[in-house]
Amino acid sequence: MTVLELSNVSKHFGAIQAVNDVSFALAAGEVVGLMGDNGAGKSTLVKMIAGNFRPSHGTIRMEGKVLNMHRPVDARGHGIEIVHQDLALCDNLTAAANVFLGRELKRGFGPFGILDYAAMYRRAGEIFAELKSETRPRDLVKKMSGGQRQAVAIARTRLSDAKIVLMDEPTAAISVRQIAEVLALIRRLRDQGISVVLISHRMPDVFTVADRVIVMRRGRKVADKKIAASSPEEVTGLITGAIEAA
Amino acid sequence: MAITLNQSIDHRQHSRLSALVASQTFWVVVALCLACLYLSFETDSFATSKNLYNITRNVTFTAIIALGMTMVIITGGIDLSVGSVLCLSSMILAITMHAGHSIEVGILAAIGTALLVGAFNGILIAYLNFPPFVVTLGMLSLARSLAMVASNNTVVFEFGPDHQKLLSLGGGAFFFGIANPVIYMVVLALIFGFVLRWTKFGRHLFAIGGNEHAAVLTGVPVRPMKVAVYMISALTAGIAGIIQTGWLGAVTTNIGAGMELQVIAAAVIGGANLAGGVGTAFGALVGAALIEVIRNSLGLLGISAFWQGAFIGGAIILAVLFDRLRNLRIND
Repeated sequence: MTVLELSNVSKHFGAIQAVNDVSFALAAGEVVGLMGDNGAGKSTLVKMIAGNFRPSHGTIRMEGKVLNMHRPVDARGHGIEIVHQDLALCDNLTAAANVFLGRELKRGFGPFGILDYAAMYRRAGEIFAELKSETRPRDLVKKMSGGQRQAVAIARTRLSDAKIVLMDEPTAAISVRQIAEVLALIRRLRDQGISVVLISHRMPDVFTVADRVIVMRRGRKVADKKIAASSPEEVTGLITGAIEAA
Repeated sequence: MAITLNQSIDHRQHSRLSALVASQTFWVVVALCLACLYLSFETDSFATSKNLYNITRNVTFTAIIALGMTMVIITGGIDLSVGSVLCLSSMILAITMHAGHSIEVGILAAIGTALLVGAFNGILIAYLNFPPFVVTLGMLSLARSLAMVASNNTVVFEFGPDHQKLLSLGGGAFFFGIANPVIYMVVLALIFGFVLRWTKFGRHLFAIGGNEHAAVLTGVPVRPMKVAVYMISALTAGIAGIIQTGWLGAVTTNIGAGMELQVIAAAVIGGANLAGGVGTAFGALVGAALIEVIRNSLGLLGISAFWQGAFIGGAIILAVLFDRLRNLRIND
């Protein structure tokens, strides 16, 4: 079943063509690795799906309906969640507070409702257990490891009924052991039928966890194939341009 | 016995007690209590009802503004204009009432002026990305100058038909002999404490101070909230101005001069972190109280008033030093 579908999407900033006529579809429960060198257009592409930019041409469809987003927060309403590269965490708040940031649970009546600490701690704890991450809802994010911080950022995506999770370089700045934790988290999202777009520079990560790899070069999609049918050598060639297209 | 995942997720690393002992505010409270205890034994005049009445009342002006300042500091900002806003609001109140208007009209005009100034600060900071330091430094000069222009730099001490009402509002004691300003302070502190701890607005203030970019990405209305916060800060300055006018019974264009630094000192001693993201309403009161007790005690102990600045400065550095040491230990 196709969840997300991009048809002939382009984006230009003035004379610069950042993304040029890209089409692809994403099925439910599929993990797609989005690869490409710096400036290949993957960030721009993801930002369009996330609602930061509007495409200059082409359409983005979510379960058949054309998406029309004006602000990053709009993407959430369509079941698209983003794990930002910098994770967008507040170090001075607890894990639970970060998970619920902007979507705090309240009890009481409407505008007079007060924060429901107990419910937020409980729900955050449930999500961490579901993600099999040893993260305590009451701990400050300041004191957490890279893997735990990723878990907090990923836990956010579990609050709503997300269909797609976009992850921007989730393994860029963490240790080897923590990378394994993050890849396990991605598998857990997939097991629950959520599609994941993994933007990464790290070949091993994509080949470990993804079902499919899409390679971008100079704004164009140059490859879109099953992981099983490709190899790290081929993808490296596609990224650098040694191989024209596949 | 193996520890399951759920157990380690449910595990609390800090008990309430250890969190309490680790907070800067707690140690400032301890210092405050020790100072009061010492002064009660050492001097005959400290623990008298007259002196305590004076201390509690003197604390309020700094403490009320420190509440607003704490909110600003939590978002990572600073408001240097509060002393001048206090002066401008007091002057607007005085002039309006002097012209024969009722106390209600006067208070409305004073509060309105304060909110206008706060909105001006806030819009420049939030929407035009001015550094808070620069905008409020400009307003520090601007607001006091406006007060001088409005009053022609005279002293106003006649407040028209509602003269008595104003004096009893600020100088009286409606409840059990507690000075009125103290009541206002306690009520405001309860409101601020509630907002910071129990509302979405409060939670988002901490988020803005912790990581403003993250707050934007998660859908927190950062800009309107920043405007609101500078309006609240100016509002507390306006409220303090109204009360102080009633207490003093006269307004000069000097009122509130240099107060911004004392207010910031109170907030910082009480545990607010100028880097943003940390602070409490209770801390603001405690910080203000410590400053006032230091000032009061120097007089009672017969120490030259010239030492006052040294002791208050020392308190600021000590309070923050304690916080630094604790952070060093965490980072190691």
